[in-house]
Amino acid sequence: MFGWFKRRKSRDALKERLKLVLSYDRAKLTPGKMEELKGELLAVIAKYFPSDAADYDVRFEQQGNRMVLVANLPMKDEDR
Amino acid sequence: MNAKAIVVTSGKGGVGKTTTTANVGAALAKLGEKVCVIDTDVGLRNLDVVMGLEGRVVFDLIDVFEGRCKLRQAIIRDKRVETLYLLAASQTKDKSSLSEHRMQDTVRQLLEDEGFDRVVIDSPAGIESGFQTAASAATGALVVVNPEVSSVRDADRIIGLLESREITEVRLIVNRLRPAMVKRGDMLEVDDVLEILGVKLIGIVPEDEQILVSTNIGNPASLEEGGAKTSASQAFRNIARRIRGDEVPYLQFDEKRGFMAGLRKLFGGA
Repeated sequence: MFGWFKRRKSRDALKERLKLVLSYDRAKLTPGKMEELKGELLAVIAKYFPSDAADYDVRFEQQGNRMVLVANLPMKDEDR
Repeated sequence: MNAKAIVVTSGKGGVGKTTTTANVGAALAKLGEKVCVIDTDVGLRNLDVVMGLEGRVVFDLIDVFEGRCKLRQAIIRDKRVETLYLLAASQTKDKSSLSEHRMQDTVRQLLEDEGFDRVVIDSPAGIESGFQTAASAATGALVVVNPEVSSVRDADRIIGLLESREITEVRLIVNRLRPAMVKRGDMLEVDDVLEILGVKLIGIVPEDEQILVSTNIGNPASLEEGGAKTSASQAFRNIARRIRGDEVPYLQFDEKRGFMAGLRKLFGGA
């Protein structure tokens, strides 16, 4: 009965989708290329220090007027 | 806005470019400016019918470009507001004489030789040569966007193209906003659109049946006095005043919740 209460607002869904699609549009990069970039980045990083690929987070972020590529690559705990 | 030549554009079709051109142009004229609205949608002209001037078109933009008439012969004077003029697009699909150079020259003549205060250019949809020609003569832009996915995406593309043309005065009009849908969380809020697109706002126009009624009879709604305080026609008149530099508060569609509170905060009350 209170299902509508929990329903995610379509406004929020749209806002997220737009931010994501525009980040690719602005960078002139397809989501597929982004995955490739992530993979290559991972391979390079792995050469220098061990980290957990599952925790990798690479994405575009809008900072003021510019788009920046943000890569968050945490090191493995046990190697600390 | 300092720009005397303003292009009205959107990327996506059907979001209200022509309606905005007609209404903002008419409202500017009513405020005393000598205004020429130009339809650059060659082959698909519509600004003439929206303004109710279709019966008076003799020469068009292409006739001017190809030297078949003088510029002064092609501009149609509106009978309702004496400082309002229309330069119609041609209805033939031949666009070969459409050039940025001719467009720039025509706008320059209107402003310098014919004494116009403002030229409002209705751009065709898309990002092809028609849009590029329309934008080439402008120093300012009104980007019309509807709060929905494809319109916002296309607006972002257009804003990028305008910026690469060094059109610095780019202002956003959020058109066809439905306050009831915003209230229940099913439509982007105006500040969402601003956050995503990163340009300055100049108008919020609600969805309003009266616009269709006015278009049916060929009388721009902004020329009709009265009506609801939150009507689209009022919103268009406010846009005209903001273009002239007046600080006009944005329409309040929901007194109780004041969904625009965040927006006003964002703009420091301006």
